[in-house]
Amino acid sequence: MSAPTSSRGAAARWGLNLYAAIGLLYLFVPIAWIVWFSFNEPKGRYNIVWQRFTLENWSDPFSNEALTDAFAQSLKIAAISTAIATLLGSMIAVALSRYSFKGSSGFNLFLVLPLTTPEIVLGSSLATLFLDWDVTRGFTTVVIAHIMFQVSFVALTVRARVRGFDWTLEQAAQDLGASPMRTFWKVTFPLILPGILAAALLSFALSIDDFIITLFTAGSLSTFPLYINGSFRVQFPPQANVLATIILLASVSLLLIGVIRSSRRGVVGSS
Amino acid sequence: MAATEVEARPPARRADLIGLGALLVAGALIAAIGMRLITGSLAVLATVLLLAVVLGLVFAAVAGGPDTRRRLAPYGLLKPGMLWLALFYLAPLFTLLRASLSTLPSRFAVEAEFDWNFGNYADAFSDFGAQFGRGFLYAGIATLLCVVIGYPLAYVIAFRGGRWRNVLLGLVVVPFFTSYLIRTIAWSSLLADSGPIVGTIEGLQLTGLFEAAGIIDNGRLINTPAAVIGGLTYNFLPFMILPIYVSLEKIDPALVDAAKDLYSTAGAAFRKIVLPLSVPGVFAGTLLTFIPAAGDFINAEYLGNPNTTMVGNSIQDQFLVQNNTPLASAMSFVLMIIIVVAVLSYTKLLGTEELS
Repeated sequence: MSAPTSSRGAAARWGLNLYAAIGLLYLFVPIAWIVWFSFNEPKGRYNIVWQRFTLENWSDPFSNEALTDAFAQSLKIAAISTAIATLLGSMIAVALSRYSFKGSSGFNLFLVLPLTTPEIVLGSSLATLFLDWDVTRGFTTVVIAHIMFQVSFVALTVRARVRGFDWTLEQAAQDLGASPMRTFWKVTFPLILPGILAAALLSFALSIDDFIITLFTAGSLSTFPLYINGSFRVQFPPQANVLATIILLASVSLLLIGVIRSSRRGVVGSS
Repeated sequence: MAATEVEARPPARRADLIGLGALLVAGALIAAIGMRLITGSLAVLATVLLLAVVLGLVFAAVAGGPDTRRRLAPYGLLKPGMLWLALFYLAPLFTLLRASLSTLPSRFAVEAEFDWNFGNYADAFSDFGAQFGRGFLYAGIATLLCVVIGYPLAYVIAFRGGRWRNVLLGLVVVPFFTSYLIRTIAWSSLLADSGPIVGTIEGLQLTGLFEAAGIIDNGRLINTPAAVIGGLTYNFLPFMILPIYVSLEKIDPALVDAAKDLYSTAGAAFRKIVLPLSVPGVFAGTLLTFIPAAGDFINAEYLGNPNTTMVGNSIQDQFLVQNNTPLASAMSFVLMIIIVVAVLSYTKLLGTEELS
C-alpha cells in the first residue's frame, strides 16, 4: 500500500520542482533577449528584429550621445538621492527598532503609506505641488521625488534587517565604560551596516530605473528610462541593450560581493 | 554641575510628550507651508517657529540628563525623514486634491483656478469609467496569476532550496535589475507577429486553441489584453515571490514533520499548517503586486492597443499631454481613494497587520 503512495508522492514532488524551474526560467526570458540583442546589428533604427551578430555595440557603448547623457543624469540623480535617503531612512529605522516610544505605531503606519500609494498618484501629486510653487521641474525636483520614496523603502528594509538585533550589546559596551558615541560607532554601527548597505544598493537600483514618478517631475530633463520612452517612437538603439546589460552586470556583482562577504562573516562569527 | 543637571532635568515621562509634540508641530507647520495654507509674512513666521521647535528639541536634549536624552532620541532621529515625507508626500496629496477641484480658465490655460469644481469628478467617471474598470480588472487578473506562478516557486525555494536558497532567491531578483522599460520592450519583441512565441504556437498548430482561450486575437498576441496582463504579471512577480518566501521561510519544518508523524498526509499537512502560516506573505504580496499594477501604464502602452488602455494611461495623457491638470488630478485622487478603501477592507478580511 505504501509503494504506490510514495511513487505518486515522488511524481508530485518532481512535478512541483519542474513547475518552479519553469517559473524561474520565465523570469529570465526577456533578460536573455536584452543581452542577446545587445550583440545585434540592426537594420534601420529599431533593434527589435534579429539580423546578425556583432561586437560593435559593445566596443563603443557610449556612441549614442543623447542616450549617454541621459544615462549619466540617471547615475547622478541616483547617487545623490540614495546618499540622502539612506541617511534619513536609516535614522528612522534605528528610532523605530531601537526605542519604544509614544506614537511609534503611528509613525510605522505613516512610513508604509508612500509605498502603498500607486506611483502615478505620487508623481501627479508632486507635479501639482511643484506647479503650485511655480517651481521649474528638472534635476532638483526629480532628486526630491526620489528621496521621498526611497526614505520609506530604506527605513523599512533596514528595520527588517535589525529586527533581531540584540540591543543589550550597547548596554554591555556602556557598562564596560564606552561613551555613547563610542558605543554607537564601535558596536551599533558595524552591526547595522550590512543592512544599510543592502538598502542603499536596492534603493539606488529603484532610482535609476524609476520611470513614472520621474516622468511627472522631470520637466525637460532626460534620464535613462525617459530617454528610452521618448525616443521609442523614432528609434531603439542597440546601445540601450548594452547599457541595460551593464547595469545588470554591475548590480549582480555587487550582490555577489554582498553574499560572499556576509557568508564569510558568518563563518568568522561562528568560529 | 552634576547637581544642577539633576535639578534641570524634567521628569522623563514629560520628555516623551515634549518630543512627540515637537515632532507633530514641526510636521504640521512644514506641511502647511508646503500646501501654501500659510503664505506671505505668516509663512516667514511659521518658518521661524519651525526652526525654533527643532532647535528647542536639540537644546532640551543637550540640557537634559541622559534619561531625557534617551527619551528624546527617537523623535530626533525620526525628524528629518518624517519632515521630508510631510513636505513631499502629505502636502502634494493636498495640492492634488485642490487641483482636482479647480477649473482651467480657458482651453489653453496652464494654471488652473481653485473654485470647488466637483465637475472634474463627474467627468472622470463618465469619460473614463471604462479605463478605471480595465485598470482594476487587469491588475486583479495579473495579481492572481502572480500567486499561481509565485507561490509554488517561493515554496520550492524555501523548503527544497537547501543551501542554494539564497542563490535561488537572488536569481528571482536579478532580472529586475535591468530597466523596467527595456524589459517591457523585450516582451513586445518576443510577442510580435514575427516573434518566437507566435512562431512556436503556429508551428505546434495550437493557434486555434489559444484563440478559443481568448489569448490570441486574429492570429496576434501583441496588442491584446492578454499581452498587457502578461506584461503586468511578469513585471510585478518578484513583489509576490519575496513576501511569500519570507513567510514560508519562518515556518519550522519540524511542524510539518510532526503532522506527518501523526499520520497526516502531505496534502493535509500543507493545507492545515503551511498554508495558514503563509497567509501574511500572500497578503503582503497581493498588495505589493496589485497596487502598482492598478496604476501602471507602461505595459498597456507598449503591449496593448487603444482599446486596452488602463486608468494610468488616461491620467498620464490628461496630465502631461492634454495639460488638463484638474481632470487628471481628479482621476488620480479617485484611484487613490479606491485603493485605500480596497486595502482597508482587504486588511479587515484577512485580519493581519503585517504590511512590510
